[in-house]
Amino acid sequence: MKSGSNLEKLLEKGEFVITGELGPPKGTDVEVVKEKAGMLKGNVDAVNITDNQTAIVRMSSIATSRILIDEGLEPTMQMVARDRNRLAMMSDLFGANALGIRNMLCLSGDHQSFGNHPEAKNVFDIDSIQMIHMVKTMRDEHKVICGDEIEGDFKMFIGAASNPFADPFQYRVHRLAKKVEAGLDFIQTQCIYDMKRFKEFMKQVVDMGLHERCKILAGVTPLKSVGMARYMAANVSGISIPEDMIERLKAAGKGNVAAEGIKIVCEQIQELRALEGIAGVHLMAIEWEHRVHEIVEMAGLLPRPKG
Amino acid sequence: MITADRKPFEEIKASVKDYDKIMVLGCETCVAICQAGGEKEAEILASELKLAFGNEGKKVEVNDEHVIRQCDDEFMADPSFLEKVKEADIVLSIACGVGVQHACNFFNRTITDKPIRVVPGLNTTFMGANIDVGLWEERCLGCGDCVLEKTGGICPITRCAKSLLNGPCGGSSNGKCEINADTDCAWHLIIERLEVLGELDRIKPVEMYKDWRPSHSGGPRKRVREDLRL
Repeated sequence: MKSGSNLEKLLEKGEFVITGELGPPKGTDVEVVKEKAGMLKGNVDAVNITDNQTAIVRMSSIATSRILIDEGLEPTMQMVARDRNRLAMMSDLFGANALGIRNMLCLSGDHQSFGNHPEAKNVFDIDSIQMIHMVKTMRDEHKVICGDEIEGDFKMFIGAASNPFADPFQYRVHRLAKKVEAGLDFIQTQCIYDMKRFKEFMKQVVDMGLHERCKILAGVTPLKSVGMARYMAANVSGISIPEDMIERLKAAGKGNVAAEGIKIVCEQIQELRALEGIAGVHLMAIEWEHRVHEIVEMAGLLPRPKG
Repeated sequence: MITADRKPFEEIKASVKDYDKIMVLGCETCVAICQAGGEKEAEILASELKLAFGNEGKKVEVNDEHVIRQCDDEFMADPSFLEKVKEADIVLSIACGVGVQHACNFFNRTITDKPIRVVPGLNTTFMGANIDVGLWEERCLGCGDCVLEKTGGICPITRCAKSLLNGPCGGSSNGKCEINADTDCAWHLIIERLEVLGELDRIKPVEMYKDWRPSHSGGPRKRVREDLRL
């Protein structure tokens, strides 16, 4: 076992996993975290804790992750290269490990110009691929980057993100291959709406045998409204939402759009589950945590197995 | 070349308002080419200051001068020029940040009977190229360890908003950077260029951690050529 986390054990057993996501509060309100955690508990196998997502200041992913452990859930701590140099990253990783955090996601991070402190100086001392390599070196060689020995245990299940919908498309699979080469254990993809393009991507992944070297969790996000669909298509990099999906939401009629969005996401989960190389799904239902139970149940993924 | 923009006029005016004899000092190299701080811009700025102070009924003497390079002693050593510097109460340098600092250092080394005050009239921006008429773009951050050989001659340290060595990130869309649609994704350009060169395999291995010591992270840098020293 690389980390002994629930997520790792389930994936090793070949269970079809489901991970969730929780955005920490823009302040110190622990109750917000507990409330969201309560809605996710028992419905997902691990929960991504975002790290100042979209460059907006929030409670740290380390602290929020620990609160989640206390609530009886397993966190996947996200870490971005934007805000920390290699010293701070390794130091925070020691701290995270000491607090019982066993899954992490290595990310570049959204540029600070998107957030609430666009005046800030970014760091980007190392990038997300180098971060994967760093964590793997810490875990497998028991050393920090400079070669110094780590005192005590260091265990971590190493994840990263992949955006099959960003450009240039033909290069995306090679970027995933670089992450695998750097030492990745699992990947979560950007949310999928364009299934045709995702299947093309997965064909390349399977042809290169990458699915045998890392676990691939397909990202899904339920569409709450037609407005949200249009907003995401226009503002989130690489997201293209097929027009027939938007038409289907519209056709559901007033008051029924959200339910239709849930039906669509459940159908997507079934379709993804049947795809070669997919080990699970990553359900990003940000600010929609109260609907997660319903989605997971409708997708036929309850009860969740124990690792 | 080094590029710069003129500071807002009100900021410049406020920085010299307490002095009666002002010398606006242009620099005829980089900042003259990007039309921010050359002879012509020194003349214009001096006229604007005269007019603005004149309108307020303030009697101020504003002269403009220019040298070939403010970052080199030899272009500022003319005794008659140094005499004019000495007569001024303040020198408003419209060179880049290097020129402002070097002119200040040189004047105070050479003129010993009076401290010489030098203030900047420009904001120095970047090391870049003149892409088109009236358009300059940043091309080098001076990181001290050039990677252009591996990246098809396109610098990811400078031109990627995240300085990624293993890009592109997930924010690359239609060849543009996530920060705005006017900025090319450097890694998109690199991949296109390497494809043309038939060298796409060059970026398949993981590029390891960069040593930032040769960059500004290692502290202010110095270059010594012992063979050239006297």
